[in-house]
Amino acid sequence: MEEKVLVSDLPALDSLYPEKVILDTRSGYGGFIVQREFLLELFKDIHDVWGYDMLSSITGVDYFPEMMEVVYHFYRSLGGGALVLKVQVPRDDAVVPSIFSIYNGAEFQEREAWDLLGIKFDGHPDLRRILMWEGFAGHPLRKDWKEAYYEEDTKPFSSRWPEGVAEHAEKKNLFKANVKYPDNFDPDKWIASGEEALYLGLQKSKNDQDMETESIVINLGPQHPSTHGVFRMAALIEGEAIIDLKPAFGYLHRNHEKIGERNTFLQNMPFTDRLDYISSMSNNFGYALAVEKLMGVKPPERAEYIRVIMAELTRIVSHFISTGFLLNDLGAFFTPALYALKERELILDVFEAVSGSRMMCNYFRFGGVVRDLPAGIHETIKNLAFERLPGKVDELDQLLTGNEIVRSRCIGIGVLTAEQAINLSATGPILRASGVPYDIRRADPYSIYDRFDFDIPVLYHGDIYDRYLIRIEEMRQSIRIIQQAITQIPEGPVFEGKPQYQVKVPAGEAYGRVEAPKGELGFYVVSNGQANPWRYHVRAPSFINLTSLRQMCLNYKVADVVAILGSIDIVLGEVDR
Amino acid sequence: MQSEKINKPDINIPPELQSQVAVTTLDRIYNWSRASSLWPMMFGLACCAIEMIITAASRVDFSRFGMEVMRPSPRQADVMIVSGTVTKKMVPQIVRLFNQMGEPKYVVAMGACASGGGPFKEGYNVVSGIDKFLPVDVYIPGCPPTPQALLHGLLVLQKKIEKEKLTDAEWYKKDFHEEIPIPILGPDLLDPRKFHLFKKELETTTEEFLIESDAKGEEA
Repeated sequence: MEEKVLVSDLPALDSLYPEKVILDTRSGYGGFIVQREFLLELFKDIHDVWGYDMLSSITGVDYFPEMMEVVYHFYRSLGGGALVLKVQVPRDDAVVPSIFSIYNGAEFQEREAWDLLGIKFDGHPDLRRILMWEGFAGHPLRKDWKEAYYEEDTKPFSSRWPEGVAEHAEKKNLFKANVKYPDNFDPDKWIASGEEALYLGLQKSKNDQDMETESIVINLGPQHPSTHGVFRMAALIEGEAIIDLKPAFGYLHRNHEKIGERNTFLQNMPFTDRLDYISSMSNNFGYALAVEKLMGVKPPERAEYIRVIMAELTRIVSHFISTGFLLNDLGAFFTPALYALKERELILDVFEAVSGSRMMCNYFRFGGVVRDLPAGIHETIKNLAFERLPGKVDELDQLLTGNEIVRSRCIGIGVLTAEQAINLSATGPILRASGVPYDIRRADPYSIYDRFDFDIPVLYHGDIYDRYLIRIEEMRQSIRIIQQAITQIPEGPVFEGKPQYQVKVPAGEAYGRVEAPKGELGFYVVSNGQANPWRYHVRAPSFINLTSLRQMCLNYKVADVVAILGSIDIVLGEVDR
Repeated sequence: MQSEKINKPDINIPPELQSQVAVTTLDRIYNWSRASSLWPMMFGLACCAIEMIITAASRVDFSRFGMEVMRPSPRQADVMIVSGTVTKKMVPQIVRLFNQMGEPKYVVAMGACASGGGPFKEGYNVVSGIDKFLPVDVYIPGCPPTPQALLHGLLVLQKKIEKEKLTDAEWYKKDFHEEIPIPILGPDLLDPRKFHLFKKELETTTEEFLIESDAKGEEA
């Protein structure tokens, strides 16, 4: 271990830790399989010795009926590829030690795996359901769990209209058919228990001051104008100061992953649009990359350029919205947002022209994009990138950056240090505002981002103001990328091979990740060679960035929580999926 | 005043007075003023909420039709735009918000999800349409509906309001009491209105009976 560790080096863990770690030799799979007993010990080494300090994603795969597998993806904050580790446990004894003590960013992801897959994490401080409510029957992502409207395992269904008449799934929903009610269940006597557990989890302060204070729990959301949708926080306050805060999720849990496992690969593409519904093109990008990795196809040159242009336009849209709505949260009700939305509309016009839809673009395909740029759009994008947008970003900058109220509400509020940010798995503008210059476009380049000349903005205070400034600067960098791409874009085909509804995806696993506007968006796809994915997991940046919300809010005031939440820039479609 | 919406037809007003005088009925002027100042509740559920914001923003701007005041509090709102997927976890709150709105109140189901579950209908946490719980006045198709479609839906709602009569209005009747029982989060979502069916099911477990009674329960 004396020699220098190169960033790109992947340690050969199987020879370094024999008997504890073995290579995953299944065809199409990579990474290492760790024995459950040595997990904590090994992960400590991974973190301290091998420098894999960023936990990207934790998820589980139900290899019904053999076993349950927990999959960990680690990265180095210096850049480089993924270290994939797996633990295999029997389905009826799905218990794994929690790695919360080493990686605090595991908190919500482990809760999610418990909620949806029923994997218990030993030693987790607050292992409750996260997306469903406490008391819900079963763990939905287990392969033997069927929902009430269950029809068949895979799509396309054999026939929706057996007698030529459409029928409503609701009519088939018998009370006891798929929903497992406990014996002697009496609806009149049912008491929901989730709320209490949430409030009990809030930790009272242990200060020994002379003054007696009383702490109160206040709920923000799920219907609250500041929460950007149906997000909810329970905050424990003493006076105005936040002592503890816990987010509550799941009010927009749309079962993305369960539906995704039933859909064919291509059918999932429009569903990804609805994850982070402000930046649908980036979501398409991530999913297309993951499946392309499995299929081993590469899009043609022109398609790569179109993808980059669309992804960067999306980033501009998202940052415009986030800036406008941050100001909403600060009390400048809708005036800055209207400036931002005006520019967004111009970009949405481009999306509508290329894909046919303003928001839900469904534009990417495995091996290219669905159709070429229509006539005239090249000029429109050129005009936007060279004439319109640079001036408008400057305008927003001039109006807001020096504003006294913005400065006094944002500077020094919601501070997250670099160590905390990395440990809490924060990604995207939050991580870069805390002084870690980590951007997947540079750290682990994908598509053709290595061809363009652009900077990764980084700031060091980790407060709301820096996050805002990072977004403004990133818009400028995105415009630079678009300017280069739109001038260099070659002619040619936009799709590799023959377009088809049913793509052939070989068995294996793949993790595709992109630098989405909110942070690292990853898709973990497992195929068993069938028409639909066996496992389809989304590593949603806004969900995991919320892990750091508590840390950012501690000891600030209630009014600051609203601004801090605005600066994280969440989209509920992605948080709850 | 020459607005066709308030002036009662076939009453001749001398031309010199037409800009100052209107002859109208109570119904007409009451509905006209209500329809021209619809206050939507500011509450977004999912993707459609973004298009709802765009409808309020400068390009489409529904304040031209008197809807500019979006209120986060249900007590001050006239119309609830259910903008997005209704999940089982969220539906108790939505029903509670609806109960808190003052009469007369209207519900617009915006988009495929709110109308019938949309692409997520088969999901285990998705309510297949808000009309399982709330009385919906206008359904707007689309995923998401364009701002123009939402605007059209709201204009349709205005037309509906203009046709209402004070004498028939339910909410002025003495014994009117429309409070929808709030669903309960049990092992699955439980609708208190269907408890009797549920208990019967636990006793009988005959499936044919259920298909029938379930359909009836929906109408009730």
